[in-house]
Amino acid sequence: MTAPALARVAVVGASAAGLSVAEGLRRDGYTGRLTLIGDEPHLPYDRPPLSKQLLSGAWDADRLRLRSAEALDALGLDLRLGAAAVALDTEAREVALADGDRVGYDALVVATGVAARRLPGTDGVAGVHVLRTLEDALDLRGELRPGRRLVIVGAGFVGAEAAAVAREAGAEVTMVTDAAVPLADALGPDLGAMLSQVHAEHGVRIVPGVLVDAVLTEGGRASGVRLADGRTIEADAVLVGIGARPNTGWLAASGVPVGDGVECDATLHAGSGVWAAGDVASWPHPRTGERVRIEHRTNAAEQGLAVAHNILAGPDHATPFDPVPYVWSDQYDLKIQVYGQLRGYNQVRVVEGSLAERRLTALYGRDGRVCGAAGVTMPRATRRYRLLVAEQAPWPSTADLAPPPSARQAPSARQAPSARQAPSAGSAASGGPALSGRDA
Amino acid sequence: MKISVDVDKCCGAGQCVLAAPDVFDQRDEDGIVILLDANPPADQYDNVRKAAAVCPAAAIEVQE
Repeated sequence: MTAPALARVAVVGASAAGLSVAEGLRRDGYTGRLTLIGDEPHLPYDRPPLSKQLLSGAWDADRLRLRSAEALDALGLDLRLGAAAVALDTEAREVALADGDRVGYDALVVATGVAARRLPGTDGVAGVHVLRTLEDALDLRGELRPGRRLVIVGAGFVGAEAAAVAREAGAEVTMVTDAAVPLADALGPDLGAMLSQVHAEHGVRIVPGVLVDAVLTEGGRASGVRLADGRTIEADAVLVGIGARPNTGWLAASGVPVGDGVECDATLHAGSGVWAAGDVASWPHPRTGERVRIEHRTNAAEQGLAVAHNILAGPDHATPFDPVPYVWSDQYDLKIQVYGQLRGYNQVRVVEGSLAERRLTALYGRDGRVCGAAGVTMPRATRRYRLLVAEQAPWPSTADLAPPPSARQAPSARQAPSARQAPSAGSAASGGPALSGRDA
Repeated sequence: MKISVDVDKCCGAGQCVLAAPDVFDQRDEDGIVILLDANPPADQYDNVRKAAAVCPAAAIEVQE
């Protein structure tokens, strides 16, 4: 099928991914109608600071704006804010909005993101929070005062960042997670344990290895949580940080393939002129063939640009989306950065710094190849290992790491570890998923 | 082209360095952006636009 003449593009979702599609289209020369539809009333704003600078009060909401009003004006958008898409008709090529309006399109981009998962029975209960939108963050910020007791359910990046901010605001923080080690899902048990220790040193009480059974209420307001083992923890507020699910409900009757997100092909096309970008998009990653869906800020921007490019190229000339995923997290004075996908890793090695210093870069391997690199407060050094991740380089032996990896066909010497920055041969080889300290 | 960066917003992701290594670098200690060339030559324009577009903190402003 060839692309129909392209005069109307509708982008549903006015956050990072949707904005990136719009900017990409204009930059690549698209001059037709460009409708950007967002269910929130705000101009496009950034979400990572919600659990960081916005939550702490260091920034006000205006600093979250992704683009100035002038920059948005320059895009020539038909901007529909506060207008949720409620249905899609792929035959008529129309999207229906909650306000009753219908928007026709030649190409449509689903960039509706994800919604925070909630605990059953907690809708409308005062004092129970999630952290996904600006309003969520401002509501939670109002709870963070000295002496207030906050229970955080879940120990992913959002929960961990909120814990750090809440402690710095003087709140009493208890973190409950079903994982044995907080953040172990994201970073492995050793880095997870190190981060848990940092949180404990900052006064976070960590309750691992147990599910939360229910939120307890008194007079319609959260008063604590009951754990699956029968224990209860009193609280003035509860933050639920147990992940998110794709916003695809509005596509139910559309025929657009939906599983865990919109199921696209490798070029992010879901058929019938429908594309997807950002947290909501699932696609078979060209390197692994595995279907992935990535909830990272950088993915939203890169995927938006890729969709813009592919829409203009048309389905027959679209190119696969082949990123090196990247995510970061700030907790206290630690800056955590992850390239690639660590899921399923079975090899890991600290290649610079050490767990003891709380400053390190670690390589992660899967089936004999590098699948990821994670850094703690070594951002520039960690970035240099991105090349190994991008190449899915063979898992380096200790000897391989002594000379710079740039010896192996590095496209840019800048991105490869130089001899000065290359890991020392003193790194202990590690065949298993336990980290080895550099001097171990 | 004139580039400005907001180092307070910068989150140290280094995506700009990957997109335009002749124009951006990062500080060693915290990864914060270093603007190497605020008025880059024309052959850098595409890279710079890409860097601004993918910056996850919207910390790069480009005036053309």
